[in-house]
Amino acid sequence: MSTTQTRQPALLGTSGLVFLGVLVAAAVLVPILNLAISPDSAVHVPTYVVSLLGKYLTYALLALSVDLIWGYVGILSLGQGAFFALGGYAMGMYLMRQIGTRGVYGDPVLPDFMVFLNWKELPWFWYGFDWFPFAALMVLLAPGILALVFGWFAFRSRVTGVYLSIITQAMTFALLLAFFRNDMGFGGNNGLTDFKDILGFNIQSDGTRIVLFVLSALALGLGYLLCRFLVRSHFGKVLVAIRDAETRVRFTGYRAENYKLVAFVASAMLAGIAGALYVPQVGIINPSEFSPANSIEIIVWVAVGGRGTLVGAALGAVLVNYAKTYFTSGMLAPYWLFMLGGLFVAVTLFLPKGIVGTFYEWRARRRERDDIPGESPGELPGEPPLAEPKPAA
Amino acid sequence: MSDIDTLEPRTAEPAPAARKELTEALLYLDAVTVTFDGFRALNALSFTVDPGEMRAIIGPNGAGKTTMMDVITGKTRPDRGDVFFNGGTTDLTKLDETQIATLGIGRKFQKPTVFENHTVIDNLRLALKGQRRALPNIFRRESAAERERIDEIFETIRLTEHKDRLGGALSHGQKQWLEIGMLLAQDPKLLLVDEPVAGMTDAETAQTAELLREINANGHSVVVVEHDMTFVRDLGVRVMCLHEGSVLAEGTLDQVSANERVIEVYLGR
Repeated sequence: MSTTQTRQPALLGTSGLVFLGVLVAAAVLVPILNLAISPDSAVHVPTYVVSLLGKYLTYALLALSVDLIWGYVGILSLGQGAFFALGGYAMGMYLMRQIGTRGVYGDPVLPDFMVFLNWKELPWFWYGFDWFPFAALMVLLAPGILALVFGWFAFRSRVTGVYLSIITQAMTFALLLAFFRNDMGFGGNNGLTDFKDILGFNIQSDGTRIVLFVLSALALGLGYLLCRFLVRSHFGKVLVAIRDAETRVRFTGYRAENYKLVAFVASAMLAGIAGALYVPQVGIINPSEFSPANSIEIIVWVAVGGRGTLVGAALGAVLVNYAKTYFTSGMLAPYWLFMLGGLFVAVTLFLPKGIVGTFYEWRARRRERDDIPGESPGELPGEPPLAEPKPAA
Repeated sequence: MSDIDTLEPRTAEPAPAARKELTEALLYLDAVTVTFDGFRALNALSFTVDPGEMRAIIGPNGAGKTTMMDVITGKTRPDRGDVFFNGGTTDLTKLDETQIATLGIGRKFQKPTVFENHTVIDNLRLALKGQRRALPNIFRRESAAERERIDEIFETIRLTEHKDRLGGALSHGQKQWLEIGMLLAQDPKLLLVDEPVAGMTDAETAQTAELLREINANGHSVVVVEHDMTFVRDLGVRVMCLHEGSVLAEGTLDQVSANERVIEVYLGR
């Protein structure tokens, strides 16, 4: 193989351009097909589908956040759902405060569940959430600070591998139990729901739904660009180096724990944004979002799409969730979890690099065959090293 | 956030009984003892390395060679004894791996450890002396001086034509050289090199000896641990033989290999 070939594509490789292209097309076409096409037409997209697609996009952003740390730093977080849920709760609290006197009990300040619990005043941690900019800040800060504190202890103590996965799982489980309690002040078991307005717009209206969908597409696109920028920077190269040889990185003078921490916090914030966009589109946030099974499901999306490819994570999230919607609405519904489990096993066994990873590998092989016939593809990771004589001095 | 990765080299308290050796030595070990579960890996080990010196360390398996490197690089804390760097100004036993690496001690592991999924040139970029903090490295750009320095290192380690291959695709010998190149890129005052020619062909071994001599001639102090006597002879430097965690003999290779106790240890009694 020619040594001048560079393995680094530009900021956007072909797959990145295709990905952003599809995203832009969807953000333009879906609103048109919803608003401008008559409901009788076969190509009309009903509003509930717009919100469904919007939900998939928030899941794709969530998957992206997992890929950033799992694919590039090797941190298998089984608690990513917690950051998603915290972002969702921050948004849900804002939406609750917007209900005002339109609640069942008509209290101008207290959300219904507080009146029901006979609370007399708003708990301190609900202050400020009636103001959107504050809530938006909390969407980033709540997951970000949790990740900062958790990561600071975990990475500094050099907890890695399966132990780290287990404690992330314990973290989300602990939050699940905490949020179930009515005393916590987050609506307990029922969570937060019955939203009316967002920024003064009716949350049920077609227009709002479409804007939320477009915002989700925008967030996913920007999130992708951010992740791409990060992983291609010197910082990102250190992340991959940590994934592959952490000790070497330490002996090279880098503080591996700080790199992990920055990536972990960035990832948690992305997940928080995804959660904040998810809640107004599905209309509810409750503690089940913290359930460990949810977080594991995210891992399956990323594994299916292709770990360490970013695009693959987003693709996997959309594909698996489309399948979930499809199968859980039919007579196959009781078997969905078996199918999901089977899918994970199948991908692990037969497609360990996921859909996009396998495609990349195939493309790289084909290119090498086309470029220099007669030379073996010795440049792929995992290939046996070339047993060639070393270069002359 | 910003102050987490600031690194302040701590200066040690005034050296005990300020010995001439201590203030002149680049690396100073005095009566270092390390015990693992009752096994004494290092037993009151003492030696010094002068600035600009190259030193070879030999010794049978279990003599404590790797443990010695672990102690110097902060991987293992000694139970007793002093480890000072830079003429006694820095107490290495109080620092961790990253701080010690930043001070200027580079280490090559016994098993070649390069970043397998990075290209050869990226391996060197990562190792290159410079910004180590996380946040500034997000926006870092490679300077012309850095590019030049990398080209120079490529010349030294003779891997220029492989610069765009993945680290993992290199042959064993090439990986060893890449790792030595990464050490050079760190521009350490002291290089600790653990068995650099294990698994190399004779020609590669001779080239490696030449490479290390070149590195040493450029002002880096080098400590090489090696079993291969031909290689040690090629290096042509002062040799120290370790046995059961302390120095058994020291001198030229001929002196050391003529030493009766060394022969006894190597051939069995």
